[in-house]
Amino acid sequence: MQIARETLLRSYRAMRTIRMFEERLHVEFATGEIPGFVHLYCGEEASAVGVCANLTDNDTIASTHRGHGHCIAKGVEVAGMMAEIYGRSTGVCRGKGGSMHIADLACGMLGANGIVGGGPPLICGAALSHKTLRDGGVAVAFYGDGASNEGTTLESLNLASVWQLPAVFVVEDNGYGEATGASFACAGTQKARAAGFGMPYIECDGSDYFAVHEAAGEAIAHARAGKGPVMLHVHLQRWYGHFEGDAMTYRAPNEVAEARRDHDCLRLFRERVTQAGLFEDSVLDEVDAAVTDEIEAAVLQAKDDPLPQSADLLADVYVRY
Amino acid sequence: MSKKSFRQAINEALRQEMRRDPTVILMGEDVAGGRGGSAGTADAWGGVLGVTKGLYEEFGETRVLDTPITEASYIGAAAGAAVTGLRPVAELMFVDFVGCCLDQIMNQAAKFRYMFGGKARTPLVIRAMYGAGFNAAAQHSQALYPLFTHIPGLKVVIPSSPYEAKGLLISAIRDDDPVIFLENKVMYDVEEEVPDEPYAIPFGEANLTREGDDVTIVAFGRMVGMANEAADRLAKKGIGCTVIDPRTTSPLDGETILECVADTGRLVIVDESSPRCNMATDIAALVAEEAFDTLRAPIRRVVPPHTPVPFATVLETLYMPSVEKIEAAVTATMNHRVTEKV
Repeated sequence: MQIARETLLRSYRAMRTIRMFEERLHVEFATGEIPGFVHLYCGEEASAVGVCANLTDNDTIASTHRGHGHCIAKGVEVAGMMAEIYGRSTGVCRGKGGSMHIADLACGMLGANGIVGGGPPLICGAALSHKTLRDGGVAVAFYGDGASNEGTTLESLNLASVWQLPAVFVVEDNGYGEATGASFACAGTQKARAAGFGMPYIECDGSDYFAVHEAAGEAIAHARAGKGPVMLHVHLQRWYGHFEGDAMTYRAPNEVAEARRDHDCLRLFRERVTQAGLFEDSVLDEVDAAVTDEIEAAVLQAKDDPLPQSADLLADVYVRY
Repeated sequence: MSKKSFRQAINEALRQEMRRDPTVILMGEDVAGGRGGSAGTADAWGGVLGVTKGLYEEFGETRVLDTPITEASYIGAAAGAAVTGLRPVAELMFVDFVGCCLDQIMNQAAKFRYMFGGKARTPLVIRAMYGAGFNAAAQHSQALYPLFTHIPGLKVVIPSSPYEAKGLLISAIRDDDPVIFLENKVMYDVEEEVPDEPYAIPFGEANLTREGDDVTIVAFGRMVGMANEAADRLAKKGIGCTVIDPRTTSPLDGETILECVADTGRLVIVDESSPRCNMATDIAALVAEEAFDTLRAPIRRVVPPHTPVPFATVLETLYMPSVEKIEAAVTATMNHRVTEKV
């Protein structure tokens, strides 16, 4: 399938934004200025972007604790995300959610989620809304190989098939649930699980934007056409630890280095589009420069933005007692 | 106005709200029932105790959705549908089954509005049966409203009569926050006059079902009827009781409770949930903190023992609060004599 030039450029920019956002957080987190937990998406950019390039604001996604990439890919403002991670009142959730709970319902982002397996049931509901309201939308659950074993996920695969929902279940399989390998924790195969619930299964290489875009396009078109849910299995590499501060003692010394060398989705994308004559290197260099400036500005702004006020503690919840 | 059962009042509230608002949908295990059965019927049950009977017939399969027996997925789906444009009423059947789906209520639905900086609306109602008195034993008899009351972001409703059930359920469906609506399973056949037209009873406004000068009784759900009966018996003995039905445990109308305690100086709380960290302890703490000087006797709680709900009738009867136990508590508080400190 031919992908429009604007889509390619937008996708490259989104992947570069995720990469720089996460690498900057890696540095900033080490200074101790960022409160709470941070889980980085570096190495997995092509999955979020390749899937979301097939979606519009009318479609819905649910994410995971490793959610920054999905947020950026779905169109959440980078400055608002950075301010949220710094716990500022200008954050997308006014400083009440933090890294693990960034949500922007206006662009169909139902939230990162601090609970492993929290998203798939919600996506059944969002898909039910799309189906009932007949708005043509599709709902996409991103979840990891770890969450693929949660009862909520397996129940959701069943419910989505029973109700024939316009839903896509994207298993982002980076081989690790926290510090435990998928080869230990996942019995059977994702493919057999999809078959067990009577839904089509597609798998792809998550470091290849074009492969993800094509596979996701097929899955989303199937769901959008009212033919029921699909499982999309994306094979990935995680470049950082489960959370920031994780020394990754459970991984072989060369594993991450090899992933960075052989499975860098940004390098692979650039090679492919320049070799095909679609873009000059200089065009992509300009994107890189613009993103560098955007991230720098977002961090400076976030550090300078106001903290929440004491009145915010009691706002937006029913506290009368 | 006509006489309606608790079951009919709830059914009527659902039907009227579904007619008014096409985004109101029902989902749950056997809310219609019969799909996929060899008889080829739908609406075979209309809910396990027939509360949703006939709604499938009127609204069809896009509005009344039977689910597999998978509480986590469909309660979560109800939460997801609520933040994306629908107004789902999900039936959990027995509230005890919350053990299978608590995450979706506690960590998802309850948190969205606050955690997302006020940008999410979650107009979700979860209906469930609660309470002992049915010989349903330990896994189908609990009164778990304190569990939900403990969780910020949830509203918790316990109707005490058919009239209350209809008006409170209509408010629950129209509310933009997640609401846990708990129906006492022993009350479905209780009847009283209920208006035919829709009406909404606001949350957080207690109802005084009896008024008297001597003792304030706070009671929840089915316990309100028992408290009323106890108050009527005590009135014949010259003891006047005010009975408060808070209607909702979250929000809780603390002001009305404090005002009545200020008038009577004595408080008895009747709560059929397990006694530790329940509504009785919660209200006792509120009154002890805010109205200590108005008390003329220790606060008394009429609550079950801290045991699972037993099966055998003789044990279940011992377990439950009763009219007699309420009378005894009121009498004891009346008999209390303050000893002056030297």
